[in-house]
Amino acid sequence: METLKIKNATCAALAQIPLAEDYASFRQTVRELLSSESCHCAHYFALPDETGLTLVMCIANDTDSTLELLGFKAVEMTYPSLAVTATDRFEREIAENHGIVFSGHKWPKPLRTTPDDYPFYRSDNEEHHEVGVGPIHAGVIEPGHFRFTCEGEMILNLEIMLGYQHRGVERLMLSKSMPEQRAMLAESAAGDTAVGSSIAFSSVIEALSGFQTDDYTKVCRTIACELERIAIHTGDLSAICGDVAYQLGNAVYGRLRTPIINFMQKWCGNRLGKTCVRPFAMPYDLTEALREDLLATLGAYEKDFTQMSNKIRRFPSVLARLERTGTVSTEQANEIGAVGMAARASGLQRDIRKSHPYLAYGPDFIPVVKHHGDVYARTRVRMEEIQSSISLIRSLLADMPCKSDISVPETYSLKPSSIAVSLVEGWRGELCHIAVTDASGGLSCYKIKDPSFHNWTALELAVRGNEISDFPICNKSFNLSYCGHDL
Amino acid sequence: MLSFILIIAASLFFSGLVSRTKSICSGRKGPGIFQPLRDAARLFRKGTIYSRNTSFVFRVAPLVYAASVIIACACIPLGPFPALLHFEGDFIFFAYLLSVGKFFCIAAALDTASSFEGMGASRESLYSMLAEPAFFFIMGTLALLTGFHSFNDIFALTDAYSSLFSLGTAISLAALILVIALIESSRLPVDDPKTHLELTMIHEVMILDNSGFDLGLIFCTGYLKFAMYGALIANLFLCGPLWACVLIFFAAQILSAVAVGVTESFMARFRMNHNPEFIFSIAALAFIILISTLYII
Repeated sequence: METLKIKNATCAALAQIPLAEDYASFRQTVRELLSSESCHCAHYFALPDETGLTLVMCIANDTDSTLELLGFKAVEMTYPSLAVTATDRFEREIAENHGIVFSGHKWPKPLRTTPDDYPFYRSDNEEHHEVGVGPIHAGVIEPGHFRFTCEGEMILNLEIMLGYQHRGVERLMLSKSMPEQRAMLAESAAGDTAVGSSIAFSSVIEALSGFQTDDYTKVCRTIACELERIAIHTGDLSAICGDVAYQLGNAVYGRLRTPIINFMQKWCGNRLGKTCVRPFAMPYDLTEALREDLLATLGAYEKDFTQMSNKIRRFPSVLARLERTGTVSTEQANEIGAVGMAARASGLQRDIRKSHPYLAYGPDFIPVVKHHGDVYARTRVRMEEIQSSISLIRSLLADMPCKSDISVPETYSLKPSSIAVSLVEGWRGELCHIAVTDASGGLSCYKIKDPSFHNWTALELAVRGNEISDFPICNKSFNLSYCGHDL
Repeated sequence: MLSFILIIAASLFFSGLVSRTKSICSGRKGPGIFQPLRDAARLFRKGTIYSRNTSFVFRVAPLVYAASVIIACACIPLGPFPALLHFEGDFIFFAYLLSVGKFFCIAAALDTASSFEGMGASRESLYSMLAEPAFFFIMGTLALLTGFHSFNDIFALTDAYSSLFSLGTAISLAALILVIALIESSRLPVDDPKTHLELTMIHEVMILDNSGFDLGLIFCTGYLKFAMYGALIANLFLCGPLWACVLIFFAAQILSAVAVGVTESFMARFRMNHNPEFIFSIAALAFIILISTLYII
């Protein structure tokens, strides 16, 4: 069957989405599309309306930079599962929220509810033992339960039960109508990706209200997003060093993160970049003085960063811990539909900045790709992405467009009966925001997908066959969001 | 008696000195050298909470652990000045006294029936089992060199400065004892005392359920244990009149603490499955020293 092809951060009328006549053809089309490595599932959700549910599949096609949309009007309550690992979690979400049963689903378990009798995978072998970690963890970490099946010190299986952070963000999005309330909700979906999330939110709102942002806003948003990437990647590098008890790396990277987030504070008043990005225009200008400050900050940062990173690359004591730990193969990453930094560390060419250009990114952007898929690969991806972000910010600052004097609407009205999709490459990976409007132009559905949604499965696979004492370092190398998954 | 007092005095600053060294190495201000003591004092003032699932083993374990280390400290002389407790073969008593303390710690950890603590207990018992031969090879070497079987006589006779050979032996034994101290006190590169990650812990995870006074006692015992190994190292080099002995004693303690701090600052921790190999190789080195001493004598 045909699909509707739209570009990233644009909108289309709901009626344009082709609806499959029967489930079999919908299923077959989706399976065919997803079998190619250049396509992955960006979102799959159930859209409720007066007449029932429509299953909407959104597939990101990297070859022609389009998002392919197709739908199916669900009339029954039982359908065969798509049987594609990458869509397993989406099917679990639909089953949990709307009661549709997917027969033949490999893992029909709750996704965001945490019942006492959660059906954990169990081993009957007397040689194996189970270790349960969480939901309350030592240190300041979000809640989530990890159930390990181990043989001695070796992990055979890890199952992760999430849902403790479920706040109903998507539903709140519909019940709150003030623009600022919605914007704050969007950036709170995952607090460590505040800039990325609010860019995705702003894009769908702008697409639905038919507003074209000027180049200045686009460049500012790009800089903010890359600064967030630098800050979080640096913090992660510090934490990775901390987990292998390498104090020097821990201290140096920890110190380096501070000037970057302090710059965000100077720019928008929040170190984590909250309120930095809002629909239509930048609430806080990137003034001449701020630009000079940024260049100086990056200059000082880069010097120490390069020195520390070069040291780690040649330091056997640290490499011994990072190399060949927590490996995810390219095949596994592709099968589970991994996205973002974790996918690129496993050799997948998957970067929205290149494949579905938005803001100031263009197709000439070169993603950092590593092939080993281990903790060290993810560490190297972070190091090199920081460097590429710094040079990107420098080139954007060198050629900064002027601020245009277009008027910014105080309130906005959205196109009725439309759907807008925005993909943004946050520091962790692909964020997907989808907004659907009803006949009167009100939001009828808002879907958020954090990259963690795909990548938690990657963590489960990564730790198999590793020592249980290496779990923290594997976990840290992904640094996934609990609240981004639980919403 | 004198050595016992000196060990306690050294234990007051040993751990603080290690973390101070680490702070300086990483360019941080860091806490003062008496912070570990302040931490312990704070814990002593707090109430203790016991899990309903634990038995008396869990309650007595911290006391037995502390007592074992205190008595072990009493066995260590100050060079020519005798220890509080001394008899033929007291170094065997010393080693197994420490094992008794460890045994109770492990039993208490198992008593909590937590999957973490069982894991930590299994690691700790494996590593101390592997480290035990190293200690006996070292003491064997000293017994061979001096012809005595008591700490008192051995250290009264050890003279590191008589020849190049004895100085070399003393330095290599000191290095080995330092590594054993690192293993037994759960420091890098075998264990990481700073980690908050239960799954990677060895010693720390065994005391997760301890609180208040018991935890403070375990901490203080840890400081004392560190200083005790420092005293063993110092003993290899002690000579001369009392003032020289005291001076060398503190110099050796401070040097050991700084060496530990510097090691911890500039290297990462080993992967868990690498630890047994590492400890085995320490035992092997001690064995080589023993054999070469036999050969040369």
